[in-house]
Amino acid sequence: MAKKVFGRPKSLKDKIFHYCPGCGHSIAHRLIAEVIDELDIRGITIGVPPAGCAVLAYNYLDVDMIEAPHGRGPAMASGIKRTLPDRIVFSYQGDGDLAAIGIAESFHAANRGENISVIFINNAVYGMTGGQMAPTTILNQKTTTSPAGRHKILDGYPVKVSEFFSQLEGVTYIERCMVNSPTNINKTRKAIKKSFQCQMDGMGFSLVEILSPCPTNWKMNPIDSCKWIDEVMSKTFPPGVFKDNTASVKKAAEGAS
Amino acid sequence: MKGSIKIDKELCKECHLCINVCPQGHIIPTKEYNAQGYHPVGTNNEKECTGCALCATICPDIAIEVYRE
Repeated sequence: MAKKVFGRPKSLKDKIFHYCPGCGHSIAHRLIAEVIDELDIRGITIGVPPAGCAVLAYNYLDVDMIEAPHGRGPAMASGIKRTLPDRIVFSYQGDGDLAAIGIAESFHAANRGENISVIFINNAVYGMTGGQMAPTTILNQKTTTSPAGRHKILDGYPVKVSEFFSQLEGVTYIERCMVNSPTNINKTRKAIKKSFQCQMDGMGFSLVEILSPCPTNWKMNPIDSCKWIDEVMSKTFPPGVFKDNTASVKKAAEGAS
Repeated sequence: MKGSIKIDKELCKECHLCINVCPQGHIIPTKEYNAQGYHPVGTNNEKECTGCALCATICPDIAIEVYRE
């Protein structure tokens, strides 16, 4: 009798994703659903989807979700978590949502150390609106609004969200991962699980940045865009753990009790 | 170890990431169409599946289910 070792997670509805072929959003959705299943928190999870490609995330994740105004995911998640402290609240955001229009809300939610999880999808372009330059577009990358490549004098430098959020005292856990190979996908699942666990233990703000392929707007095929993340994008955005205070916060809590 | 995969052809969007990661060459492109207008991937029964689940892990559209004996 053959045993099923991989299938659709229970927290994901039986629907066809609207994302383009090879898009990293669908992988990130699946990982979140798998983590929700693993931790058995489906009944108490509230998600906040962004504006952007993932605006329809509530059609796929079978948990309660409330759409936030563009960029205000962490502010809304803070409010939900403060009024319903026994729920698990996560905000799912893209780079245009978190690093451009919503940078203030995200920054201050992190600085206050709100007990929420933020999943940050970084694909270096504005996906939904047609591939314009985002704050995270890397130098010399061609987009529809930087056809000659991003120039440091004209357009500034790419925003490294994980690096500068890790300087904030309120933040407990920050990791940058990638979803371009099975190994990296498994690492990303562990990071998301740790971030949710961190929230369940009441340890404060956690952020998981996911470098995600956008084959359509990078004008590459899905296999090349996975290679491009490894060869080019991860040089500007190196993966790794940027801050992990979970051990010391746990120790302090044990000492206090 | 012997395994098998079940591909939901209606979910496949022809990104071919599974073909790229399969160490056995068990997954191959096909010329048929699904309702979305893509050419879904198929399996090559001459190359044996080991049930490693790499294809299912990378599949963005969860079109692959993996079974192991």
